[in-house]
Amino acid sequence: MTSPVPGQESSAPGAAPAASVSPGAQTLLQLRGVDKHFGAVQALYHVDLDLPAAQVTALCGDNGAGKSVLTRCIAGIHQPDRGEILWKGHPVHIRGPRDAAELGIEVVYQDLALADNLDIVQNMFLGRERVHRGLLNEDSMERAAADTLRNLKVTTVRSIRQPVASLSGGQRQAVAVAKAVMWNSKLVLLDEPTAALGVVQTRMVLDLVRTLRDHGLGVMVISHNLNDVLQVADRIAVLHLGRKVAEGPATDFDLQSVVEYMTTGSSHR
Amino acid sequence: MAQVEDEVGRTALDEEAEPSAAAEIAAPPEILAESLGQYLRAWGRRVAGGESGALPVVLALVIIAVAFEIWTQGLFLSPQNLVNLFIQSMFFMTLGMAEIFVLLLGEIDLSAGYVLAVAAGIAGLLVQKPGPDWPWWLAIITALVCSGVTGAIWGLLVSRLHLPSFVVTLAGLLIMWGVMLVILGNAGVVSISSRILVNQHVLYQIVNGNIPPAAGWVVLAVLSLLFAGLTISRDFGRRRKGLVAPPSGLTVLKIAFFVAAGIAVVAVCNVNRGSSLVVLAGVPWVVPIVLVVLLLWVVLLQRTRFGRYVYAIGGNPDAARRAGIRLATVRTWAFALAGVTAGFSGILYLSWQGGTSTNVNGGQYVLYGVAAAVIGGTSLFGGRGKIAQAVLGGLVIGAIYNGLYLQGVQVQWQLIATGLVLVGAVLVDTLSRRGTLSGSATRI
Ligand SMILES: Nc1ncnc2c1ncn2[C@@H]1O[C@H](COP(=O)(O)OP(=O)(O)OP(=O)(O)O)[C@@H](O)[C@H]1O
Ligand SMILES: [Mg+2]
Repeated sequence: MTSPVPGQESSAPGAAPAASVSPGAQTLLQLRGVDKHFGAVQALYHVDLDLPAAQVTALCGDNGAGKSVLTRCIAGIHQPDRGEILWKGHPVHIRGPRDAAELGIEVVYQDLALADNLDIVQNMFLGRERVHRGLLNEDSMERAAADTLRNLKVTTVRSIRQPVASLSGGQRQAVAVAKAVMWNSKLVLLDEPTAALGVVQTRMVLDLVRTLRDHGLGVMVISHNLNDVLQVADRIAVLHLGRKVAEGPATDFDLQSVVEYMTTGSSHR
Repeated sequence: MAQVEDEVGRTALDEEAEPSAAAEIAAPPEILAESLGQYLRAWGRRVAGGESGALPVVLALVIIAVAFEIWTQGLFLSPQNLVNLFIQSMFFMTLGMAEIFVLLLGEIDLSAGYVLAVAAGIAGLLVQKPGPDWPWWLAIITALVCSGVTGAIWGLLVSRLHLPSFVVTLAGLLIMWGVMLVILGNAGVVSISSRILVNQHVLYQIVNGNIPPAAGWVVLAVLSLLFAGLTISRDFGRRRKGLVAPPSGLTVLKIAFFVAAGIAVVAVCNVNRGSSLVVLAGVPWVVPIVLVVLLLWVVLLQRTRFGRYVYAIGGNPDAARRAGIRLATVRTWAFALAGVTAGFSGILYLSWQGGTSTNVNGGQYVLYGVAAAVIGGTSLFGGRGKIAQAVLGGLVIGAIYNGLYLQGVQVQWQLIATGLVLVGAVLVDTLSRRGTLSGSATRI
């Protein structure tokens, strides 16, 4: 069904090892000089970024900094105007969500992208339904969805056959995350996973993020809540007006410096 | 510090209790209930909360039946008229099914009425002798294929060029009206009521022929066993595997309802509605034929990827796109299937009337089809509805159409009555949607 990603096989002799990633951690995804504009709006300007496995990278930036656009470029929804994307060192062209999924990249969008009229199982398998002789294999999908939710310690939903419309914000987020990690994914991008969540539900989602990392997945988290970010992040990158202005281990940053980078694009520390 | 956190945690938990109460209303009772009693209570809460399902339609049907029965002094519920009513309703049901394919996407097909008329014309013309004299089945297939292609064209315009379906299919209405006039030519009529020509006779018998009464019972018994077997093996199988399953009392209730409805239909149809000399009894062939089509479409929409994608696109097109679903392809197919189904109701029309003419009022029929779907409970806003809902909706439209006709009410009042029913149905749809929306807003 899915066409192989062109360029995936070609080796890239020039791919430089990531500078800011601690040795030992495998770099899953690298952006090199990515530009993206919409008409006159330059949303991304020459962005470099490394996303290693088994680490949580936080992407910070003020409203309109380009975080969501960057996510959508990785997910194949937008095509970068210039620059390249490397997957495990090899240049790839991600032409759509299927290409991204093929590589092992899954995205949880800011608006979650769940269909309210479908139930939890139907949403988790949307676009990848299991079929048996042409008919949907509901039993097998339901069992797999239940297993995934259990593995992620999501226990608050009453029935996995209830429509997503009937879930609370945190439960919806959990379903969206579970949907993303069901597929043997290697890199998960979370856009604002804790926005609009209460204290308990936020904690639940952050625990979920740690669980993913402990399973060896690469995670990129976008959040405006810097307290949350600093709690879970191993690495931090900051965007300011479409430019990446800082990137490094979380220990190099504190709340003050991240805020300075986000608002002014530089820090005096 | 830990204490403070605990306190915060508790209040947040308390807040969480509220959405789950709302969730109980929004979630279908059969997946949360463990017993029939629980189910009925959950169902009662849903009805009270504005999510009433099929109940208002059934109530409306009962009220309509009682009112017409009194008004027509016993004519309405006579076996002879009830069979007429079934036949007319079959026609509106299939039109409703056609509309549901596109309504689920949040689109509409206004051309269905004249697609129907053209299909009737094509099938009728192809079995003329002298003339093409095609076999009846080839005439039917040709008419259905033409209808499907027509629907696919609207679908392509809507999905690839992003034209609004309202405008595309309004243009389609005019075009197909014209096509109908062209193919029926100067004579403007085509008849299939010959009893000697086999191909015409078979078409005529679809609606006007009856299953022998004894055979009717056998068919019902077989269908009931099939339905019971499938339902039980599915529900109890899921229960055994520890998956979400409706309470067993509900399974039994469903089967009992199916059997009771079947017995009622067969019993009514098997009453002699001819005279003591010429016996006329039995279930019209059109009833099982429409049931088969219904079953096909239910399987397609509920049990295949295509069906799942139709619902997903209707519910949240962005989610569908990001899931890698090819929206344009699914939309085009849905329009094509709506066309095929409209063509199918054209075949029923041709058979029912024993022919067709340029007088087919496609503009009115398509609104009956939309009304049947919406009255049945399909949302105009996409994503919510089931193909089987066309059955109840079609019965309501059929009953109004039949009752007013029986009473000799003039056509202007028939139009007004149907229009009012349609407005009422849309009102219910909009209000219930607003109810669920405000409900989910508090949940997020
Ligand atoms: N599809 C689009 N068409 C045109 N402009 C766009 C589009 N998507 C994003 N932009 C613009 O690109 C810029 C970056 O937007 P983006 O959504 O990435 O911001 P963000 O960092 O995610 O902000 P927020 O924190 O508010 O979510 C904004 O100026 C926005 O207006
Ligand atoms: Mg954003």
